[in-house]
Amino acid sequence: MCLPALVLLLVFGYAPMLGLVMAFQDYDLYDGFLHSPWVGFANFQQLFADPGFWHAFTNTLVLFSVQLVLFFPVPIALAILLDSLLSRRLRSLIQSVVTLPHFFSMVMVVTIFNEMFGGSGLLDTFLRSHGVKNPADIMTDPSTFKFLVSGQLIWKEAGWSMIVFLAALAAISPSLYEAAAVDGAGWWSRLRHITLPGLKPITILLLILQLGYALTFGFEQMLIQLPAVGPGAGQVITTFSYENGIVNGDFSYGAAAGLFLGVTSVILILAANKVAHLFGEAGLYRK
Amino acid sequence: MATTIQSTTGGRGTTSADATTARRRNAKRPIWQEQPSVAGQGAKGGVIVVALLLIAFPLYSVAVTSFSTQASINVAGGLVVWPHGLTLNAYRLIISGGVVGRALIISLAITAAGTAISMVVTVLAAYGLSRQGSFGHRTILWVMMITMFFNGGIIPLFLVVSALGGYDQYWALILPSAVSVFNLIVMRAFFASTAAEVIESARVDGAGDWAILRRIVLPMSKPVIAVIALFYAVGYWNSWFNILLFMPSDSVRWPLQMVMYNYVTEGMTMPSSGTSGVGQYLGNQQIAPLSLQMAVVVLTVVPVLLVYPFVQKHFTKGVLLGAIKG
Repeated sequence: MCLPALVLLLVFGYAPMLGLVMAFQDYDLYDGFLHSPWVGFANFQQLFADPGFWHAFTNTLVLFSVQLVLFFPVPIALAILLDSLLSRRLRSLIQSVVTLPHFFSMVMVVTIFNEMFGGSGLLDTFLRSHGVKNPADIMTDPSTFKFLVSGQLIWKEAGWSMIVFLAALAAISPSLYEAAAVDGAGWWSRLRHITLPGLKPITILLLILQLGYALTFGFEQMLIQLPAVGPGAGQVITTFSYENGIVNGDFSYGAAAGLFLGVTSVILILAANKVAHLFGEAGLYRK
Repeated sequence: MATTIQSTTGGRGTTSADATTARRRNAKRPIWQEQPSVAGQGAKGGVIVVALLLIAFPLYSVAVTSFSTQASINVAGGLVVWPHGLTLNAYRLIISGGVVGRALIISLAITAAGTAISMVVTVLAAYGLSRQGSFGHRTILWVMMITMFFNGGIIPLFLVVSALGGYDQYWALILPSAVSVFNLIVMRAFFASTAAEVIESARVDGAGDWAILRRIVLPMSKPVIAVIALFYAVGYWNSWFNILLFMPSDSVRWPLQMVMYNYVTEGMTMPSSGTSGVGQYLGNQQIAPLSLQMAVVVLTVVPVLLVYPFVQKHFTKGVLLGAIKG
């Protein structure tokens, strides 16, 4: 019964993995994987000497860190806020509204942001009609791009990520709160000593998962906005690989960047798991 | 005696004389929680209102603009917030054919076909793997899970699909992403936990795998099936990059997301096109380009809005199962 799924995964998952041998070839469309000449590590030597690659690498790390720091607390705060509401109706109404954007496409989210903050967007029109001469075009400003993409991520995914935390909050035993209140703990110390520790395991698990995607995150988001913001701010390793491999047709070079990404991501996941085990958490898998 | 009564009813040491003026304690509030301050309640309400508006307001003004005439868009200087001069022209144009109407039908067809294929493949594999100790069970699971953490990347995938003749073919938008191992694992966990005992007793009674799957597992697993079908459908409906990768130039056959992408990038590189661009014509009426663009955005959202309410209540279960067992 697993056969159809296995066949699909072998063809579209494992065959491309084998295809990664092209990173060590000078791949030619007509010669294919079998007859293209082998070049050893030449593609990687070229890659590590390419300032464009290191620029994309730095961009990836910067964008990922800024997004992580700005995004990660939002769903937790939202969950705690929602959990404190007494009215079930209100709670489920808010939950349905804030999770909705998770189901919108990235193209649509960028469109919405462009209509709100772009060159002829609502904010721009509003500022101009109130006497501001040349308001900054947020959508094309490279210096604020990291905050823009973080904002997009929060708008789209904060509500969705909140659900997991809500469930974790519901699993905290009320008797803990009761005992703490009897001992005279106010809401702040209850938050610090019961709620946040209760969320710790799931937080660590999600952080590890995030780290695994540190180098591949936001590919569509960046690719959509690259023409507007320019490669200086928006080029990440995935878009670098795509541009060199597909757009410029230098397949082997793009695949080399892709292989670098894949291997580094696996190392990141394994390392993050080690760290979680050191903290005494289960992590993605157990020891 | 009096103090114990007061503390259980939640008064803050108030005497019975002014108990009527004190705020009544919400019956649902846990006994250990103190009565919130007015400022705290206000801040909470404020945050909630802002969060709701941040999501609802852009959607609202996009929708209003899609129904607006060129005149009212000119008055607003872009997106319309206060509706006046409403028209259905943008939607009439879309229905009358042309790029957007065709793209809508293509997107619906891909989503329907893709979701059907994905669900059949996923349900079969999830059921096959849900029986502990079946042949090669752990190995197959590992083989599948490895693809979650490592893959060949864009370029080898592109070459494999091209070698199979998928370039410019619709199946290239479906088959490479037809199996989501994450969804498969969520479903397997659900099958294994919820239906395990019933399945065992049915097997003892001599029922075959197909009968068990059709008569027991599927009816018992409606919530998880609904959620996963939604995940797949939304995935197909929203996917954009694979169109760019596999059919970048054949604009006549583009699905909706690609058409929308073209509108946005035009809008971003030519900021004023929203108000002054040359629009398309319906009969001899000019359609406001911005309202047409916003109508496309609305069209990409409406199907999601239609399905969302029915599936939404199952999210916690689906997401949680995935988060814990995945």
